[in-house]
Amino acid sequence: MIINHPLLGPRDAAEFVYLGDASLINRPDSATSNAAEQFYEYLYLRDNVAGEMRELWYHEQGDRSWLVVTRNTLTHEISNVELARDVARAQGRNR
Amino acid sequence: MRYSALQIIKQGLTGNKGWTPAWREPEPKADYDIIIIGAGGHGLATAYYLAKEHGITNVAVLEKGWLGSGNIGRNTTIIRSNYMLPGNEPFYELSMKLWEGLEQDFNYNAMISQRGILNLCHSDPQRDAFARRGNAMLMAGADAVLLDEDGVRKLCPDLDFTNARFPIKGGLWQKRGGTVRHDAVAWGYARGADERGVDIIQNCEVVGMQIDNGVCTGVETTRGKIGAKKVAVCVAGSSSRVMSMAGMRLPIESHVLQAFVSEGLKPTIPGVITFGAGHFYISQSDKGGLVFGGDIDGYNTYAQRGNLPTVEDVCEGGMAIMPHIGRARLLRMWGGVMDMSMDGSPFIDKTDISGLFFNGGWCYGGFKATPASGWCYAHLLATGSPHETATELKLNRFKRGRMIDEKGVGAQPNLH
Amino acid sequence: MSQVNRIEQGLVDTNRELKFTFNDKLYIAHPGDTLASALLANGQRLVGRSFKYHRPRGIFSCGSEEPNALVELRRGAYLEPNTRATVTELFDGLQARSQNHRGPLGFDLMGINDLLSPFLSAGFYYKTFMWPKAFWEKLYEPVIRASAGLGSLSGLPDPDSYDKGFLHADILIIGAGSAGLSAALLAGESGARVILADEDFKLGGRLHAETLQVDGKSGSQWATSTVKTLSKMDNVRLMSRTTVYGAFDHGIYGALERKTDHLASAHGMPRQVLWRIYAKRSIVCTGATERSIAFGNNDRPGVMLAGAVRAYANRWGVTPGKRVAVFTNNDDGWRTATDLVNKGVEVSAVIDSRSIEAPASVAGASIIMGTNVIDTMGRAGIHTIALSNKQTIKCDCLAVSGGWNPNVHLTCHQRGRPSWNEKQACFLPDGVLPPGMHVAGAANGALSLSSAINSGFLVATDVLQSLNLNAAKMPSVNADDESTNIEPFWHSKQSTKRCWIDLQNDVTTKDIVVSHQDGFRAVEHLKRYTTLGMATDQGKTSNVLGLAIMAEHSGKSIQETGTTIFRPPYSPVPIGALAGRSRGKEFKPTRKTPSHDWAEARGAVFVETGNWLRAQWFPIEGETHWRESVDREVLQTRNSVGICDVSTLGKIDVQGKDAGEFLDRVYANTFSTLAVGKVRYGIMLREDGILMDDGTTARMGEHHYVMTTTTANAVSVFRHLEFCRQCLWPGLDVQLISATEQWAQYAVAGPNARKLLQKVVDPDFPIDNENFPFMACSDITVCGGIGARLFRISFSGELAYEIAVPTRYGNSIMETLLQAGEEFDAVPYGTEALGVMRVEKGHAAGNELNGQTTAANIGLGRMVSKKKDSIGNTLSEREGMNRENGLVLVGFKPVNSASTLSAGAHFVTRGNAATTENDEGWMTSVAYSPTLECSIGLGFIQRGQARMGEIVEAADPLRGKSTSVEIVSPHFIDPDGERLRG
Repeated sequence: MIINHPLLGPRDAAEFVYLGDASLINRPDSATSNAAEQFYEYLYLRDNVAGEMRELWYHEQGDRSWLVVTRNTLTHEISNVELARDVARAQGRNR
Repeated sequence: MRYSALQIIKQGLTGNKGWTPAWREPEPKADYDIIIIGAGGHGLATAYYLAKEHGITNVAVLEKGWLGSGNIGRNTTIIRSNYMLPGNEPFYELSMKLWEGLEQDFNYNAMISQRGILNLCHSDPQRDAFARRGNAMLMAGADAVLLDEDGVRKLCPDLDFTNARFPIKGGLWQKRGGTVRHDAVAWGYARGADERGVDIIQNCEVVGMQIDNGVCTGVETTRGKIGAKKVAVCVAGSSSRVMSMAGMRLPIESHVLQAFVSEGLKPTIPGVITFGAGHFYISQSDKGGLVFGGDIDGYNTYAQRGNLPTVEDVCEGGMAIMPHIGRARLLRMWGGVMDMSMDGSPFIDKTDISGLFFNGGWCYGGFKATPASGWCYAHLLATGSPHETATELKLNRFKRGRMIDEKGVGAQPNLH
Repeated sequence: MSQVNRIEQGLVDTNRELKFTFNDKLYIAHPGDTLASALLANGQRLVGRSFKYHRPRGIFSCGSEEPNALVELRRGAYLEPNTRATVTELFDGLQARSQNHRGPLGFDLMGINDLLSPFLSAGFYYKTFMWPKAFWEKLYEPVIRASAGLGSLSGLPDPDSYDKGFLHADILIIGAGSAGLSAALLAGESGARVILADEDFKLGGRLHAETLQVDGKSGSQWATSTVKTLSKMDNVRLMSRTTVYGAFDHGIYGALERKTDHLASAHGMPRQVLWRIYAKRSIVCTGATERSIAFGNNDRPGVMLAGAVRAYANRWGVTPGKRVAVFTNNDDGWRTATDLVNKGVEVSAVIDSRSIEAPASVAGASIIMGTNVIDTMGRAGIHTIALSNKQTIKCDCLAVSGGWNPNVHLTCHQRGRPSWNEKQACFLPDGVLPPGMHVAGAANGALSLSSAINSGFLVATDVLQSLNLNAAKMPSVNADDESTNIEPFWHSKQSTKRCWIDLQNDVTTKDIVVSHQDGFRAVEHLKRYTTLGMATDQGKTSNVLGLAIMAEHSGKSIQETGTTIFRPPYSPVPIGALAGRSRGKEFKPTRKTPSHDWAEARGAVFVETGNWLRAQWFPIEGETHWRESVDREVLQTRNSVGICDVSTLGKIDVQGKDAGEFLDRVYANTFSTLAVGKVRYGIMLREDGILMDDGTTARMGEHHYVMTTTTANAVSVFRHLEFCRQCLWPGLDVQLISATEQWAQYAVAGPNARKLLQKVVDPDFPIDNENFPFMACSDITVCGGIGARLFRISFSGELAYEIAVPTRYGNSIMETLLQAGEEFDAVPYGTEALGVMRVEKGHAAGNELNGQTTAANIGLGRMVSKKKDSIGNTLSEREGMNRENGLVLVGFKPVNSASTLSAGAHFVTRGNAATTENDEGWMTSVAYSPTLECSIGLGFIQRGQARMGEIVEAADPLRGKSTSVEIVSPHFIDPDGERLRG
């Protein structure tokens, strides 16, 4: 596969390390009352969609960017690649 | 029809015209006691043991394609019970014992061949871990032998003992491990279940679950609604898709595992050899093909195909440990979708929805588990309580912090 | 025997002679021959034996689809089994042998299987061999295995080398036949970056095999001149002997180029190159493969594909027989008859299954329409055929055409399925192709020459436009538009003999019937039950025939029946080529520490630690057993001073205003409160609450920390930290950089460590206990101004430091330290002594931090601060990880101090049997302690802390022993830590 890195252009997927669903960005707040339940769902449960999926790839043999790649799990077609940092910020994550 | 050498001679002398179909092609009935979704190895084994061990025969097995079209039809045929953790090892040893009597039990030659499985080790910590595992196997009634370098050399003289990047220090040998003709397992179970009255319905895809007030009462299929007292899901790589029809999210991701076969060769590989440090394992089929594989590709997918980096990685592992296979040619590569769980171990459990049961999360190790999975799932469906060897294979084990993580890599399915 | 069947020159160079042997007999051939054309030229009809029944077989085709003519090529370590004679280029000195027979090829003892065939029908082995139970492995299977398989491996390491390469193209054109050449010509002229690849050594495809005309010259001449034109274009790369074997995601194609297979010796060059081609577009111009017709004994030597027969005549100047008959269901088969007659070869008959008027006249041949062949006579080579009209015909070669199958394989590698075209009686690519892929020529059903050439131009034009390139004007080419009419005819119903479908795996029409009777009717069941199409040719000549006959039996259409899945590779690829140069010592990179050379010169024994090589111990003269060296290194360190290379530890530089806050979140314990100039031991959890890693982190400045990780986890910890930084807390002001390879680091340990270091550290930096106490750290200089870092930390439990210098000084600092240590008899120590001392001290390491254990398990539960959030904090509280009878890391001593402990033993309460139910934990690490003079161990056991002094059994059935051990504190030495603070 080829991932079109937002900063570096098209790179072979073999340069990257895969983590999983981009929902792993949404780490719960440990201070909430049902934190245990939230962390369980966050870490263990997956939509595992057959179709378009947003997922985390890490450019380990490159610039060490974490990317959010939108990829179809039926066809492997990649429709969007973003810096995970930008995605995280856009989702309200900060400090 | 009972199969035997006599039957073969009789049929051979009369032009092979008297054979009858191994299974019927029934129309679905309106209702069943139990519907099993998925006519793969585990689903068919479940049906077989429900009928044979529990006398429950008003059972349908629904299959969206042809029976045996899932991972039972595209694996590397290895059987073994070389697990380490108490939640796993007794279950896999039950499976091994069932394998050992299976052919006589279901009157079908699945070519079970216990030529042994050897895990190579290359460092002291690896050997320590193998020792821990080998002792766990023996304590569960399985067999295991810890080999030093010389012991490995005696078993597999063709390995690279002189120039390997990671020198072979020894290995863990399970003599009862081996291989089985994978398709025949599906066919033997299907034939045995069909004979006892189970309806195996091919080309019948489940498209919805009937759930009323938290009770599952049947399924909707491409061939209409079918009611059932119990619905047992057993669909491996499609687990998340099917369970999402019941509104459930699972601790599972679907990944592709590739496997490879070479052109036919005269015997050159004894038993099964695994080279964990190089992501490579290999055996040789009765027809002479080298059957080999390695790690999963590592990304979520439902496409039953993989990509080149993994292909090359696997072949590199092969050449690193057995450079004499370089001139053998890879004939075919294929990929199956694995239901990778969050700790690498499976589930055989009830769900929170009454009447809905789940069997899945087998990762790339479901084939060897086929008999025990069927046995334990049938036990759960028939008696309502888990089989004694499968008490830990629960869906809620992550919530409770009772992971069964053989590899110790945590909640990241692509590392298991 | 000289070349009895060589009729003319063809495209081989008859002016030069090449010698080769087949089954040790010497033959003559010419440059341009394949092994197959050379064998045919020399009248060698019998070339091999089939897989199951060991039937005599001859050459069947002229390409990579060959099912029969498989040989063992070359000798010794170069032996190459299952090599298709039809694609083996002849070279001088070639040695080939037939395979898969016992006794001579002409009298194969395994031929007995053929007599038993009534009892060996499809699936027979599933129905028997079950009794008695033990006989499968002891008798049946060994017999089956010995007779199965085809060629043999030499058992020796592959002596050749293989390269890998990467290519990029606008357009990859696969197949250099008529369509591929025309597509390449247009694309090349339009300026696109083009790769044209073909498996043959001669570009041109079937243009060289036919007598068809293009623009008034022979197709072969047109191909040659087009190739010449293309070879002059800088933007076109021509790759002959290159098989594009697979189509993968995002326009990535796998290709295998055979560099030296056509030479007697590789002369040190790589044998083959495995290319990964990145193409924006591809045009599949892979042509078509002829299929056979099933009739009685249609597998005998002399029965060949009609297109192959005329290819041998036209391209290689060889007639496969002196008297040839043709059996066809289409017009194309007739061209074999006319081409042969034009070359003066006798054609005894043309038999056509169609009841139509003969489409051509063939001088001297009986023309028999509406009739089919039902049998052949001549076991080792046919001499007569029998027809359905009771006629018999004399012939020593029967050219059969059942129609052509477009080579759609690559179009289906991403799970596409082709569609059945009734009119052309073949499967064509369906609309769903891999992204960027286009199909032209016969592969897309353009079966005539003129239509194929035009299709190449048209598709290339479309592709260029889709790339926003201006397409050059389409040339006008005037080529033959030969007729390709076909009426499907699959098998002879009148035949009473076995009619073969898959020649290599010996599948007959009767097997299809049995498969149907047994209920194996789905096409995938058919394949798996009968093994149809599972041989080395993957059913290229047989699959369609087999499924058409199954369709007939099950009353379904061919479209409904469908095909099995097409999987890569298109033709088999050597495992050696796929591995490339990653073998032997080059399998993985070898990482060496900065002072590796020093250690090597010192005679160190090295050990692999991941990809690192680390010094395990340093033997000195007189030491004969590793334990002597290790015991000496431990004792000398504990008594005076030792030096150990710890450069492999991961080092991560953490900087920024929020560095402390960041570390508080990734470590279970707190770091923001650490004073500048201090070091703290930290434990890091995974989000699931399991221990991920441990190590020390030093605060070098207000906003600057230096973290160390274990050697094994250096990469994964860094990845995890970047995830936390970029994905979880992008607003924190913190930057990370891996500095593992920038610093060489050495532990200096032992009562004389300080004295030694004082000789090396520049005097501006006092390191006495007051100024530089336990857990201090500082930037310093050594040896008169060289920047370095010093940490007062101890893994050994001794007064100890770790000193880090820039990598380039690694070797010299090691020498300097040892020189300075001479007066103390300082020793270098390796990982083994390091391990002994850490077990003596009770520190957890890899065997304890195995990804399954918690902070509580290793006795550090209280380090998980509950005053803050950190990774893994919440989920570490789950009940299953905090059980009453949870595992705790403790020490173990043998009751009999002479006993040796072993790692991997499991603990059971005394008196209990060693079973899973009674399992209470296991021994993780053991060592011989030269200090305590006995074997000691660390291990996890249930409620360990509460069981100090209890005697339990360390059961080790794997090694046939059980040892009584006492549960003790894991801190075997200096439990109060007086030494390291001294």
